[in-house]
Amino acid sequence: MDLGNHAGFILASYGLSILVVVGLFAWVILDGRAQRRRLAELEARGVHRRSHAQTAETFGEAR
Amino acid sequence: MTALLALFLREWRLAVRVGGGALMGALFFLIVVTVVPFGVGPDLNLLSRIGPAILWIGALLATLLSLDRLFQVDRDDGGLDLILMGESPLELVVLVKCLAHWAATGLPLVVASPLLAIFMNMEPIAIGATTLTLLVGTPALTFTGAIGAALTVTLKRGGLLLAILVLPLTVPVMIFGVSSATAVLYGNMPFATPFAILAALGLFAMVLGPLAAAAALRHAGE
Amino acid sequence: MRLIDYANPTRFLGLVAKVLPWLGAVTAATFAVGLWLVFFRAPADYQQGETVKIMYIHVPFAWLSMFCYMTMAGSALGTLVWRHPLADVSAKCAAPIGAAFTFLALATGSLWGKPMWGTWWVWDARLTSVLVLFIMYLGLIALQETIEDPARAAKASAVLTLVGAINIPIIKFSVDWWNTLHQPSSVFRMGGSTIDASMLIPLLIMAVAFSLLFVVVHLMAMRNEILRRRIRTMRMIEAAGAE
Repeated sequence: MDLGNHAGFILASYGLSILVVVGLFAWVILDGRAQRRRLAELEARGVHRRSHAQTAETFGEAR
Repeated sequence: MTALLALFLREWRLAVRVGGGALMGALFFLIVVTVVPFGVGPDLNLLSRIGPAILWIGALLATLLSLDRLFQVDRDDGGLDLILMGESPLELVVLVKCLAHWAATGLPLVVASPLLAIFMNMEPIAIGATTLTLLVGTPALTFTGAIGAALTVTLKRGGLLLAILVLPLTVPVMIFGVSSATAVLYGNMPFATPFAILAALGLFAMVLGPLAAAAALRHAGE
Repeated sequence: MRLIDYANPTRFLGLVAKVLPWLGAVTAATFAVGLWLVFFRAPADYQQGETVKIMYIHVPFAWLSMFCYMTMAGSALGTLVWRHPLADVSAKCAAPIGAAFTFLALATGSLWGKPMWGTWWVWDARLTSVLVLFIMYLGLIALQETIEDPARAAKASAVLTLVGAINIPIIKFSVDWWNTLHQPSSVFRMGGSTIDASMLIPLLIMAVAFSLLFVVVHLMAMRNEILRRRIRTMRMIEAAGAE
């Protein structure tokens, strides 16, 4: 496969795109792990959401 | 109606008196225009060519800087809650507040622009055209900016964020304002074409601005 | 099955857990096919040579930068009109992803432009509108991050998103008009119908692949955000109980 005279530009754009996409995945995966860990800690301490009706408040809807 | 008129007068008096809003904006405008030749050099030909753009950018920045207090004063002293509970529709109240704000801070910019245009070595016809476009365009800036002011009303230091939020929305006004001002300079197109679009943008902002700002204020007040 | 059935976050999380592995597999497969076509099958452009390979990612990024904004505008309507509890989670999570894709559209456009135009940046109508869109994304993220109360931040950014959605066509029109005024024509004209099928098919497959990628990342981010808000509530309950 020959990328021609401008191979550097092509590789740079694909490389940058891969970098950013990997970054997005790293963000969601690491963030997800952190949230799960915190949730487990809270549950281990015996904190519970009172009921499912309570979840509405989580989303700032019920007033 | 009398309530809205009273509101207009109150807002206008406050804006003119407190902190010298009107003079402050015009002074800032003067400084921006004065600083430009230090940046680009005192070449009169160049200045007369970019003059309309400089005046427009100066007016844009001066308008944005004065906007962050549009609703914040009312929120601080509790006046906003009274307005929210009042009988007049919030959209109309916002419209009146914007008009008063423009009369106190936007209009002085328009009045000052011919004087500043002389510093930019602009031709009389270009001065007239630029002043006219500013007269039509600055209300659009105020109405659009009101959205940003309403969104950032709960923030202590919302001024910079307000500018970031509002500037992209003012791109069309800027483009058509400067284009109609330079159209008479170069004669590359009739003045009326971009000017009509500028006026349309102004009317559109007059509708969208108060509607969106009122929605934002309602949710901020909840 | 209606959208409102998934107003319950727990049910939504269940659905995400079920769908996500399949969606991930389909995304990976689409990328494999798309990239194979791009690098081993698609012809070089007679004018641009192999540089045209950048198009296969640049155009999907540009498309996604708009698609993300439309997702956010739809979610903003969901927040303000229907008060759907997940709408604001969706809007909040789409913003950083949209900003990332918009950044990539700008960066790949610049990398494509350098060999074609000889400069990194040209005030071309398309690039300029994407730049304004990028600033709008950053402004939205800044607003979301600055207002501390999640409910209030959601409403404020919903209003701003809708105002932006109304203004985007106007900005696009103004920038196009401004551009024709200052420079008569630009180098790339990607007319939709003039493109050959041998290039169009890989392009479409890449666009589908990136759209699927957006959905996968968006769902994962939404799941995180739901957990984050759950933790917030639990902490508040804990703090209230400790008093």
